[in-house]
Amino acid sequence: MSLLQTKNIGITFGGLRAVSNFDLMIEKGELVGLIGPNGAGKTTIFNMLTGVYQPTEGEIYIDGHLVNGKKPYQIVKLGLGRTFQNIRLFSDLSVLENIKIAFHKDMNYTTFEGIFRLPRYWKEEEEIHTKALELLKLFHMESDAHNLAKNLPYGKQRKLEICRALATDPKLLLLDEPAAGMNPQETKELMETIHFIRDKFNITILLIEHDMNLVMGICERLVVIDYGMIIAKGSPDEIKNNPKVIEAYLGS
Amino acid sequence: MTQFLNQIINSLNVGSIYALIALGYTMVYGIVRLINFAHGEILMIGAFVGYFLATTFSMSLIPLLLLSMIACALIGMAIDRIAYKPLRTAPRISALITALGMSMFLSNLFKYIFGASDKIMPPVKLIGNIDLPNITILTMTITVICMIALEYTVKKTKAGQAMRAVSEDRDAAQLMGINVDRTISLTFAIGSALGAVGGVLYALNYGNLEPYMGVMPGLKAFVAAVLGGIGIIPGAMVGGFLIGAIETFVKGYISSSWANVFVFGVLIIVLLVKPTGLFGKNVKEKV
Amino acid sequence: MKSLFKKYGVNVIAVVISYFILFFVMKMNLINSYFEGVMIFAMINIIVAIGLNIATGFLGELALGHAGFMAVGAYSAALFVRAVELPDTIALISGIVIGGLIAGVFGLIIGIPALRLRGDYLAIVTLGFGEMIRYTIINLRTITGGASGLRGIPKITTLMDVFLVLILVTAFSFLFIRSRHGRAIIAIRENEIAAESIGVPTTFYKVYAFFVSSFIAGVGGACFGMYQQYLTPDKFKFMFSVELFIIVVFGGMGSITGTIVAGVFLAMLAEFLYSYEELRLLIYAVLLILLMIFKSDGILGRSEFSLVKTPARIRALIIKLKKRFGKGVA
Repeated sequence: MSLLQTKNIGITFGGLRAVSNFDLMIEKGELVGLIGPNGAGKTTIFNMLTGVYQPTEGEIYIDGHLVNGKKPYQIVKLGLGRTFQNIRLFSDLSVLENIKIAFHKDMNYTTFEGIFRLPRYWKEEEEIHTKALELLKLFHMESDAHNLAKNLPYGKQRKLEICRALATDPKLLLLDEPAAGMNPQETKELMETIHFIRDKFNITILLIEHDMNLVMGICERLVVIDYGMIIAKGSPDEIKNNPKVIEAYLGS
Repeated sequence: MTQFLNQIINSLNVGSIYALIALGYTMVYGIVRLINFAHGEILMIGAFVGYFLATTFSMSLIPLLLLSMIACALIGMAIDRIAYKPLRTAPRISALITALGMSMFLSNLFKYIFGASDKIMPPVKLIGNIDLPNITILTMTITVICMIALEYTVKKTKAGQAMRAVSEDRDAAQLMGINVDRTISLTFAIGSALGAVGGVLYALNYGNLEPYMGVMPGLKAFVAAVLGGIGIIPGAMVGGFLIGAIETFVKGYISSSWANVFVFGVLIIVLLVKPTGLFGKNVKEKV
Repeated sequence: MKSLFKKYGVNVIAVVISYFILFFVMKMNLINSYFEGVMIFAMINIIVAIGLNIATGFLGELALGHAGFMAVGAYSAALFVRAVELPDTIALISGIVIGGLIAGVFGLIIGIPALRLRGDYLAIVTLGFGEMIRYTIINLRTITGGASGLRGIPKITTLMDVFLVLILVTAFSFLFIRSRHGRAIIAIRENEIAAESIGVPTTFYKVYAFFVSSFIAGVGGACFGMYQQYLTPDKFKFMFSVELFIIVVFGGMGSITGTIVAGVFLAMLAEFLYSYEELRLLIYAVLLILLMIFKSDGILGRSEFSLVKTPARIRALIIKLKKRFGKGVA
């Protein structure tokens, strides 16, 4: 059973068919890239996978569960984590707080226990505090723990977003243009980071990216879309030389 | 049957005033995405200017109306410059709060200057020595003239085109060489001028004025703008008449104290069922 | 363990001490009944404003109809307490609980549909609902006394009672915000889409925050009714919602101690301007506009006044001032 399977999904906005006939299967442990020219519908697909949009056609299965109609927070519980094209951090909160919130779904103490500071409150708060700091350490950001997210440099903000997504303990991580705005050095670090988290957390990754160095460098498999439809699938080498892909990116 | 006809006539009266005010709300919202809470106070100021000119100078309606429109246009532009412009890039909540503050400021300023007691609008002539026609005919005629003028301005003039452009995409409009600030000022001016007309007509229809007179009609006109589709000019016109009708018929056939409940009820239903209003289009937020 | 005592212990001791000081002052009749009334109304306003702050400051939604929730709490408590004979303390507690719960239910009824809307629309809807509540109270004359008001409410509330309620509401709010539920609510304010993407059920928490907010407003209303002894719908106009809103904005949206400070300040300002009612609102309006233009996060912003942190903060401030003005000396 695949970790993620989409059967012919599509979505129509008003009169516009943004995505159609999107068939994808991702197995556990893969590192797949979703590429295509601007406006092809990549983020729209992410939004459908995460429940932000509901597909108007087709079905999405995560670990065999049908997720059409589920709300984003429910899909997170099923093991899907994501980052955003335009960074969406909790800007006025500290780095540590940003991570702590991601543990919310795994915490259980009730309002009553919170107000009266009963043992379960202390236990769970202590746990997430420790876990959050550990996660930050892995990303070499523990010294930033109490800085406000909005004060971090851009590269660290991107790292933080990935870190936060990892705190939700996902099986499948969706990265939306993680290298956007990064210089070659930062991109190289990002590639190492992605490899690292895939191995350390035993996680499957699907990423959207325009930076071909990164895409060719780390993706094991690529899916290319244009005008909301898949135009090619295959290994990076196969895709590099695919005439349809070249035409899509360069025009004719 | 005559009851029914009377109600229709009343609806048209009330509806015209709401439509005129709603236009001001909708135009400003369309261009700066701000609910100008102070717009109800423009109605009040328009009425008070009219009252002042009628009592002190025994002015007749047409010059009085024009002067009131000019005064309110200037005040509207001033409000934008002083309070809203500094907050164009601030979070929405700050701009909304400022608008609230402006509304409070204006109503209480006039209360302080003119006192809280009701003023009665004196009888006015139409122009020169000509008497006013039937109040409904007068109201409807003035309203229709204003709406035709507005349609013409928005559709056929360069300024109107600029207004529509800035409403759609401010940055693109700027890149096209449109002076955004001036366009916004113009929008406030026109919206406030219409508000002034609404205010004077209100004073003529109801007879009494007081500093808080703009609050309720302002809110109801806002409901009308939302009903028609906020940011959409024909929507404001239709919405105004619909709200006028609802209010009049509820007052006539149920009771006047339930009228406001119904009007706000309409607001809530619209926002829950179709927030973009009767004429609105659905726009999804980009994630 | 030591830092825990520091945080909680210090505050508990401070509160207990202030309670006893106030108790002593009241017992010795050092405060005349007029001033007592001023203090009580100030405290009640602060209670409702804290409720409002939860929705506006912590959840980040503009709620302009809280006078309505306060009215619901006031009338519910008053009607209950008038109808049922109970010893004073029990009547007070029941009144408060009932007022809060019914206001909370109204918060749910209004919140569930309203919170689907965006900022400005939400503001107008809450405003609309607030007005609808008021008009409904006017229309249900047989139950509520309509426009002429509800009389004959037994006087059960004293200053110490209101002070105690204020302490409890403040403590509750602090503890709530500093729990995972409060954190979820704040996350929604910061970035709703991001919050949902990391597993926070946003619709649930928005409604929950609104419930808590209206519950607290209802508690304040209940205290009000049971002190004032009569209620008129006139008190709960839109203007009053705006005044509550001003307290929250001044103090800092997202700061509970800020609300308290602002509430006290504005109450004093109101007393100072007693004979100049129009001037008072005018000044509020000007202050509000200036505040939004120059310091939109209010007096305390999002931080809280903290007894524990005060010595360190004062030291930091002294260092900062020395740096600034010390240069001139050298």
